[in-house]
Amino acid sequence: MSHSAHSMNNADRNTASTVKTANTNGNDKDAGINYMTDSSPIVVGEIAPGCKKRDPIVVAENVRRSFGGINAVDVDYLEIPRHKITALIGPNGAGKTTLFNLLTGFDTPNSGKWQFEGKNIEGVSSFKLARMGMVRTFQLTKVMGKLTVMENMRLGAANQPGERLSKALFKGIWGGREKEITAQADVLLEKFKLDVKKDDYAASLSGGQRKLLEMARSLMVRPKLVMLDEPMAGVNPALTQSLLDHIKNLKAEGMTVLFVEHDMNMVRHIADWVVVMAEGKIVAEGPPRDVMKDPAVIDAYLGAHHDVDLGDTEGIKELEAVLEADEESVVGTENAGIIAVESVVPDLKGADLKQPDLSPEALQEPGDDEPNSPQSGLAEPGRTDKDKE
Amino acid sequence: MDYGFVFSSAAGELFSPTTAAYALAALGLAVHFGYSGLLNFGQAGFMAVGAYGFAISTLSFGVPFFVALLISILCSSLFALLLGIPTLRLRADYLAIVTIAAAEIVRYIVTTNQLTKVTGSANGLAAFEGGFYAMNPFPEGSYMGMNNRDFFIRVIGWGLVVVCCVIVWLLMRSPWGRVLKGIREDENAVRSLGKNVYAYKMQALIIGGVLGALAGMVFTLPRGAVQPANYGTELTFFLWTCLLLGGMATVLGPVIGAMIFWVVLSLTQSVLYGLIESGAVTWLTTVQAGQLRYILVGVALMLLMIFRPQGVFGNKKELAFA
Repeated sequence: MSHSAHSMNNADRNTASTVKTANTNGNDKDAGINYMTDSSPIVVGEIAPGCKKRDPIVVAENVRRSFGGINAVDVDYLEIPRHKITALIGPNGAGKTTLFNLLTGFDTPNSGKWQFEGKNIEGVSSFKLARMGMVRTFQLTKVMGKLTVMENMRLGAANQPGERLSKALFKGIWGGREKEITAQADVLLEKFKLDVKKDDYAASLSGGQRKLLEMARSLMVRPKLVMLDEPMAGVNPALTQSLLDHIKNLKAEGMTVLFVEHDMNMVRHIADWVVVMAEGKIVAEGPPRDVMKDPAVIDAYLGAHHDVDLGDTEGIKELEAVLEADEESVVGTENAGIIAVESVVPDLKGADLKQPDLSPEALQEPGDDEPNSPQSGLAEPGRTDKDKE
Repeated sequence: MDYGFVFSSAAGELFSPTTAAYALAALGLAVHFGYSGLLNFGQAGFMAVGAYGFAISTLSFGVPFFVALLISILCSSLFALLLGIPTLRLRADYLAIVTIAAAEIVRYIVTTNQLTKVTGSANGLAAFEGGFYAMNPFPEGSYMGMNNRDFFIRVIGWGLVVVCCVIVWLLMRSPWGRVLKGIREDENAVRSLGKNVYAYKMQALIIGGVLGALAGMVFTLPRGAVQPANYGTELTFFLWTCLLLGGMATVLGPVIGAMIFWVVLSLTQSVLYGLIESGAVTWLTTVQAGQLRYILVGVALMLLMIFRPQGVFGNKKELAFA
């Protein structure tokens, strides 16, 4: 498979000759690099989906996961750059969360290899990955409702000897560490403005506060890589700004961030690197500015006129005018609202695959198909049950 | 009606060895469900394993009391492992199904005729308590209206309840207990924070199971006999009643719950019998009255769930978000 067709043409800015020697051991805190202003190139060579990074923290190769006939994740090669904020974007059902689950050991892929900090983590259980420094949050926020906010925070801390049954009975053994943990939690809670809620049950927090608590709790582990699954979903605009700052701060403190998000403004503001997924595959990656101009991304995700403000009547009028003049536009035709598959997954183009499910006839007359036939649902074209037999 | 008798028999139930056994077993359930979210519907099975483990090792192998005690604890731990290994990776409801089935399997195995020599089949086993009473430090005489044997078993039974309560309290205020409570709330979140959820659930299942086994021994020693009929499914549900009465995620709840359960049973029985004997109630036989009191316990439980769902000791605030 070649991805060069839709790679970005700023490779000259990131040529291999300008790349510093890769620092792979991750101990460059001592070097005194300010991660906020560090502008050394992220990639080695040309920017393309699946390109090599100067200093990757996570490397995934041929990671595949299928549910029934659908390939939820089908990633040939992906590297996540260390000390950067990487956004993972893509339409609903693109496999972003599934990829998260696979990387963090919450789900097992059908095939593939993946590494964290150079160590092979294939088949390593989720709790061990968290101990290695790879901590995630969940799309549907998970807080321990009947524990207080402080207890939630303490739960995140590592190296508490009192969490071993053999030592739990003796406060003398774990009491000292508990004080350290509490101090650490106090600092974080203050940062996240949850300190007044410290003794309240987590269940009494609002949705946005729970997001904050979940993020703060994951930092109690002192992770190297923080993976945030839709950190902004359901958070009010006032809180969004502080959440953005928190995420930026993580980078300043030397952490790597990978996050899934639908809010393009957020992606634009804080991401150093954007990876775009569609139908399980990586269709584009690059710096946010460039990725958002990539035609594959625009077709798959943003929509052709994503920069028009639809909340504004002027904007809508403008958009309508542009769309009428646009020959490729399907607005007002019977194809309206259907995403062209060949632009989402260009590699499928030319392959001898049937795509009856996306033709307007099939969508308008679903009764013609068997309800469970492979062609009527979302099953990947060409993969039918007959093929498996 | 003899009110003195009614109240003295109810008060007798407060500190009877059976109440202590129920309190211990319900405390085990509190560790399982109240703190870890493990649905164990086979606590009677754990009690049976404890009682039979003790009785069989004493009678068939002639081991001394403390060795028999140790064997009984080991057996219940193994039983917990056996149940936990396949089910603890699955959702909580699977453990519930497996524990119900396992408790019944235990009961049917000890009832099997082929094993009569070892388990005594439906008649059960008797005369294994000698080693226990041989340790009785109290000379013969009357202790608060009890003989020295009855007094000894009460001291040991309730001593055990106190010790176990203290241990459970110490465990649950520790970081270990915090992880368990976290697992009860959301095990994936705990897993994402680097805790081995499976190991914690297994430890909790074993601890609660061992409490069940101890309860089985305290239950069986004063009777001097262990019979399969005593370890039916209804025993498990009485234990759940005790737990819900007292409050689930509390240490004292199961103990107070067991006391309430037995006092209510005793009071209703004496009052009903008194009414029937005095002729005030003619539409009820004493046999029916015996059954009616369990119905009344059920009604009491329903009322409690409606008006005080957190139990006597539970924290109302915790329920506000349920």
